[in-house]
Amino acid sequence: MRVLVTGASGFLGRAVAARLSAGGHTVRTFQRRPSGVPGVEDVHGSITTPADTPYAGLAYAVSGMHAVVHLAAKVSLTGDPAAFEAVNVGGTRTVLQASQDARVARFVYVSSPSVAHAGSSIMGADALPASPDHARGDYARSKARAELLALAADAPEFSVVAVRPHLVWGPGDTQLIDRIVDRARSGRLPLLGHGAALIDTTYVDNAASAIHAALDAADRVHGQSYVITNGEPRPVAELLAGICGAANVAAPAWRVPAPVARGAGALIEAIWRRRPGADEPPMTRFLAEQLSTAHWFDQRRTRADLNWTPAVSLDEGFERLAAHYSPAP
Amino acid sequence: MVGPRRLPIATAAPAVLPPTGLSGLNPGWSRLIDVAESGTAGGVTHGWHLLDNGPQLDALGVLPVGTILCVHGNPTWSYLWRGLLASATEAAASGAPAWRVIAVDQLDMGFSARTDSIAATGRRAARPLARRVHDLGDLTDALELAGPVITLGHDWGGVVSLGWAVDHPEMLAGVMLLNTAVHQSPGDSIPAPLRLALGRGILGPATVATPAFLATTLALAHPPLSAEVKRGYRAPYLTSARRGGIGGFVADIPVALAHESRFELDRIAEAVRALAVPTLLLWGPRDPIFSDRYLDDLVERMPHARVHRFEGAGHLLTEDADYAAAALLWLGDIVPAENSDADADAPESAVQSAIPERAQGSMSGSEAAWGVDGTHPLWHYLDELRDSDETALVDMQPAPRTVSWRLLSRRVRQIAAGLGHIGVRHGDRVSLLVPPSADLTAVLYACVRIGAIVVVADAGLGLAGLTRAVRGARPDFIIGAAPGLMAARALGWPGRTISTARYPAPMARLLGVEHTLAELIRLGQARLAAGDELPPEPAPSDTAAVLFTSGSTGPAKGVVYTHGQLSAVSRALFLQYGVGVGTGLVAGFAPFALLGPALGARSVTPDMDVTAPKTLTATAVAAAVVAIDATVVFLSPAALVNVVATAGALTLADHTALAGVRRFLSAGAPISATLLGQAAALMPAATAHTPYGMTEGLLMADITLEGIRAAAASVATPPTADTGTQIPAASPPRAAATMNPAGGVCVGGATATTRIRISALDPSGASVGELSEEPDVTGEIVVSAPHVKDHYDRLWLTERASRRGAVPGERWHRTGDVGHLDRAGRLWVEGRLPHVIVTADGVVTPVGPEQRIETLPGVARAAFVGVGPLGTQQQVAVIETVPPARRMHRAPERLATAVRVAVGSPVAAVFVVPGLPTDIRHNSKIDRRRLSRWATGILSGGRWVKP
Repeated sequence: MRVLVTGASGFLGRAVAARLSAGGHTVRTFQRRPSGVPGVEDVHGSITTPADTPYAGLAYAVSGMHAVVHLAAKVSLTGDPAAFEAVNVGGTRTVLQASQDARVARFVYVSSPSVAHAGSSIMGADALPASPDHARGDYARSKARAELLALAADAPEFSVVAVRPHLVWGPGDTQLIDRIVDRARSGRLPLLGHGAALIDTTYVDNAASAIHAALDAADRVHGQSYVITNGEPRPVAELLAGICGAANVAAPAWRVPAPVARGAGALIEAIWRRRPGADEPPMTRFLAEQLSTAHWFDQRRTRADLNWTPAVSLDEGFERLAAHYSPAP
Repeated sequence: MVGPRRLPIATAAPAVLPPTGLSGLNPGWSRLIDVAESGTAGGVTHGWHLLDNGPQLDALGVLPVGTILCVHGNPTWSYLWRGLLASATEAAASGAPAWRVIAVDQLDMGFSARTDSIAATGRRAARPLARRVHDLGDLTDALELAGPVITLGHDWGGVVSLGWAVDHPEMLAGVMLLNTAVHQSPGDSIPAPLRLALGRGILGPATVATPAFLATTLALAHPPLSAEVKRGYRAPYLTSARRGGIGGFVADIPVALAHESRFELDRIAEAVRALAVPTLLLWGPRDPIFSDRYLDDLVERMPHARVHRFEGAGHLLTEDADYAAAALLWLGDIVPAENSDADADAPESAVQSAIPERAQGSMSGSEAAWGVDGTHPLWHYLDELRDSDETALVDMQPAPRTVSWRLLSRRVRQIAAGLGHIGVRHGDRVSLLVPPSADLTAVLYACVRIGAIVVVADAGLGLAGLTRAVRGARPDFIIGAAPGLMAARALGWPGRTISTARYPAPMARLLGVEHTLAELIRLGQARLAAGDELPPEPAPSDTAAVLFTSGSTGPAKGVVYTHGQLSAVSRALFLQYGVGVGTGLVAGFAPFALLGPALGARSVTPDMDVTAPKTLTATAVAAAVVAIDATVVFLSPAALVNVVATAGALTLADHTALAGVRRFLSAGAPISATLLGQAAALMPAATAHTPYGMTEGLLMADITLEGIRAAAASVATPPTADTGTQIPAASPPRAAATMNPAGGVCVGGATATTRIRISALDPSGASVGELSEEPDVTGEIVVSAPHVKDHYDRLWLTERASRRGAVPGERWHRTGDVGHLDRAGRLWVEGRLPHVIVTADGVVTPVGPEQRIETLPGVARAAFVGVGPLGTQQQVAVIETVPPARRMHRAPERLATAVRVAVGSPVAAVFVVPGLPTDIRHNSKIDRRRLSRWATGILSGGRWVKP
C-alpha cells in the first residue's frame, strides 16, 4: 500500500513512518522539516497553506496514495488559540479535502483521549464521542473538532478511523519524557496530591503498531474512534519514578496538593498568555488535571476490533528508556 | 378521637390524557374509556384513564399469556406502575411470555374523571370502598377483560384489587401486593401519620387544600425521588380541585367499627383466606404506614404466599426496588414455560436435600440412636436421661455450677409449661437475647419442645443490624437479660418481654418486662403438678429456628431451620466428631454450643464475654476442660488468637488437663495453619480440625491440621509469572495431580452427609455453570445436606437465587463462596463471589494472590481487590505489614515489585494500610468490597481517607 504520513518529523510520526515502511508499505511523508526516517520519500510543505494556492506541496504529496495517516498537529500546553484552530482544525480540513480529491481510500486520524475528557476521572471507560464543548484547553478542543470533521467525512469509498493514543512516550521523546526529566533534574517536578491517580500510558512502539493495525482494519472499523494504551495503568508517582529512574535523575520528592496545583495552573496559564516568549508555563490547569486524576481506559474493543495487542510492556519500555539515557559504552 | 370530617367541595371534571413528557411514561400507553356505573338508575357514566400495553403487544404480534391488573393507592396514580409496563413490554419483545399490563387511575384520582359525588355527599367519603370495588369491576366489564388475570395493588389500591380478586374467582390466576393492609384489628391503633391526617380540622387542609399529603408520600422514597419523577406523580394533582379524591380516600379509612367501609373491608379480609391462587407479597419495611404488622396479617391470611422484604426499601417500593423484575420472575414461575425450572415454585419445605448414597461407615457409641435415617428430636436426650444424675452442663459464670440431666430436663419441662401458660404457642416466634448459659440452654429447649420458633441474632451484627434483624424476624416474645432488653425497649423491638433476671419493679416497668424466668418456672411447676401435659411435640417439618447471618455481605438474612434440619446438624456433628452421649464438650462457639444437650453430651461454656470472643484466655479454656472432663473443645478463630497469646499463664495442672483433649475445632472462619498449629500444641493429644460452613449450612466440609499441611505441601511449587491466577474460560487439563492455579484455602473434604458441587464462572464472573464435581474448575461452591437450611425468611428472591440450578427435588444451597475441587475431592475456597475480579484477560479470585503476597517477609495480611468496571478491572493489593504501618501510603518500590512478582499477574497499585477492615463477628473476614471502593477513590485522585 502507498501511505502518506503527515507530521512525520514528530516523535510519534517518525515511529509510524518507520513502522509502516518496515511493514512493507511505500511511505511518503509530509511536513516542514525532514522526517529523518530512512527509506521514505519526504515531501516538504505545510498543511496550513492558504487554500487559494492549489495545496502547494500537499496535492503532490497525496497523489497516488492509497491511504493517509494524519498526525500533523500543533501540540503544546498553551499557545495562541487561533494557532490551534488553524493547524489542528483548518489543517485537518485541508488534508481531508486533498485526500478525497486524490481518491485516497483509507484515512487514519491520530487524535487524543482528551477530546472526550471533561476534567473528571476516567476509570476503565471506552472511547466516548469527541466533544469540543467538554474538552479542556485549546489543544483538546481543536483536536475534538478535527476528529468530528474527519469522522463526518467517513464514506463507503473513504474509510476514516480515529485513534487516540494516550500519553505516548519512549526514547527520544521531547514532548513528555524530556520535560519530565529536565524538570526533575532541576528540582521543579512536584508530585500532585498523593501521586496515586491511576494513569495509563502508551509506549511509542505500541502506539505505532496500533496505528498500523488501524490502517489495516480501516475497511472493517471505519467511522469508529479507538483509545490506544499499554493497558497497564499505574499510580502517576510510579510512572514518574520509572521515567526518572531510567534517566538516572531523582524522582519527585515534594508534593503540591492537587486543588492548589489546579488553581495555580489556571493562574500561571493566564499570566503566560500576556507574557511574550517562547518558553512554556511550568504548570497549566489541564496538566494539573491530567496528573492528579485517573486516566485509564477499557481496551477490550480496541484490541478486538483492531486485532492488536501492545508488544512492549511498561517495564520493558522503562528498560529501553534507561538504555537510551545511559552513556554509550 | 376522630371528629366529623369535612372535605372541601370538589367539582366534576372529565377524564383527560396526561400531559406528554412525564418521565418514564410512554404516551402510547394512555387511553380513556367511559364506563357505566353499575347499580345506579339513569345510566351514570364515568370517564377512566388507564395505561395499557395491549396495543404494543399487538404491534409486536405476540399473544398475551394473561393480564396484570394494577391498582394504585393514595395519593398516587397509574404512573406508579410505569416500570412494570416498560419491563413487561420489553420482556415480551425479547421473546419471554407476554403479559398485558393494565394500570388504572381510580375515579377521582389521577387523570380519571372527578365525579360529582363528593359535592353531593359533602361530609363523607364520596366513593367508599365497596363502591370502588364495584367501579373496578365495572371497568373490567367494559374492557371485556378475560382471564387469566393477576391483580397487583399498592397501598389502599391493594384492598380494592383484593376486592376485585375475591369477586372474580373465574378470572383470577394470581395476586400480587405491595405494602398494603386488609385488616385493622380493633385493638390496634392506626398508624400515627394517618391518625394525624384524620384529625379534626386537619383532613381537608392536609389532603386537598394543600399538597401536603402528596408531598409527604413522595418524600418516603429511599433514595429520594428525582425532580422529574416527582413532577410525574404530582401531574394530576396540581390544584385543590383535582385533589378531592385524595381527601376522600383518606376519609374512607375505616378507623372506627362503625365506619361505613368497615363491613366491606372485613368482607374482603375474610374472603382473602379462601384464595388459593399463587400470591406474591413484595414489601418495603421502611414504611411508617404499612408496617410489618400488616405484612404479618396478610401472611396469616395467605400462608402460601411468597414473601420478599426489600431491606432498606419503604412505602414507595415501586421506586425503591426492582419490583417489576421480581414480579416478572414470579409470573414466569407460576406460568411455567416448557423449559422453565419446574422446581422453582415448589413449597419451600417440601424440597428434600440430597442424601449421598455412599455408606456412612461403621459407627459406634450412640450408633443405634443415630441410625442411617437417624435423626431424633432435639429434646430426645432430655427425655431419655431425665432420671440421670450425671452432669448435663456446667455454667462457669459467675461461679462454676453443675446442672444434672435430671435438673435440666425438669427445668425445660417447667419452662415449657410456663411458656404455654402465658400464651406462647406452637409457631410463635421467641427472640432469645440471653448470653450462653444454663438459662439459655433451658429456655431454648423449652421453646423448641413446645414448637415455638427461636430467633437467634447475635451482638456481632452491631446494634443497627441487630435491630433490623429482630424487627424483620417479628418475634411475638423476647426473652433476655438487662442489656438486651434495654436495647429492645429503647429501639422499639416488637414482642412481649420475659426477663431471665428479677428486677425491682420500677426497672422491670422501664424494661417493659411482663414476666420473669423464675415466674415461668413457678407457673410451669404448678401446671405440671396439676397434671397438665405439655403440648404435642412439633413435627420434623415444623419450623424450629431462625438464625441470622453475620451480615458481612449486605443486611443480615434470617435463615429458617426446621426441627428435622436442626436434628440433622446434631447428627452431622456426631458423625464427624463423635460427639455423643458421654462426651465432654467445651463449647466456645455459639451455634454448636447450644447443641450439647441434643447430642447427649455434657457441655460447658468457658468464662468469656461472648460479645468479645477475643477476651477468652488459655486459663479459662483449661478451667472449662477440668470442670467437665472434656475431650472435645470448640473455639472461634477470634478467641484462638488470645488463647495462644495467653498460654504462658497456664499451670502444670492446666497443661495436664489440656493433654486429655482428643479433638479440637476452630469454627467460624478460616485461620492460618500456623495459628491452628500453635493452638494444637497446647492440646498435644488432640486432632485439630477446622470445619467449613456458614449459617445456611453449619458443617459442610472438614479438614485436620495434618490435612492442611498435606494440602499446602501438594501446592508448594513457587508461583511463576505464566501460571498466574487467570482462569481461562475452559481450564486446560493438567498432567500433574496438582490443582487449579488459582490457589485458595483448602477446607478439606465434604462431611459425611454433604455433597459439594461447583457452578463454574463464565468470563464475566457469573456462576452459570451446571453443578459439577469436575476438579480444578473455579466456580461458586454449591452444597446439599440434610442439615442445610430450609429457606431464607421472607426473602423469596434471595431464596430463589440461592437454589438456582439445583437438581429438581433436591435442596441445594449456593454459598456465595468461590473455589474449586481438587483431584482428591478436597474443596479449596478462593474468596467470595462478589469479590471476584473480572479483568479484560479473565477472572481472578482473591485468595490465591493474597496467600502469595502473605509469603513475603514483612507482610502480615493482604487483600486483593478489583477497581473499575467489571470486565476491565485493574488489580490492586492492600497490605498490612509487621510491624503495622502508622499511616497509609503507596507501597515503596521494592515492596510493590515484590508483590507484582509474587502475584504473577498485572497489579496496578499496591497500598500499605495500618489495618484492613474486617467483619465484627469473626474479626477475620476482610471486607474486600469496602476496600475496593476505598481504592477506587484513592486511585481516581480522591482524598486519602481511611479504608
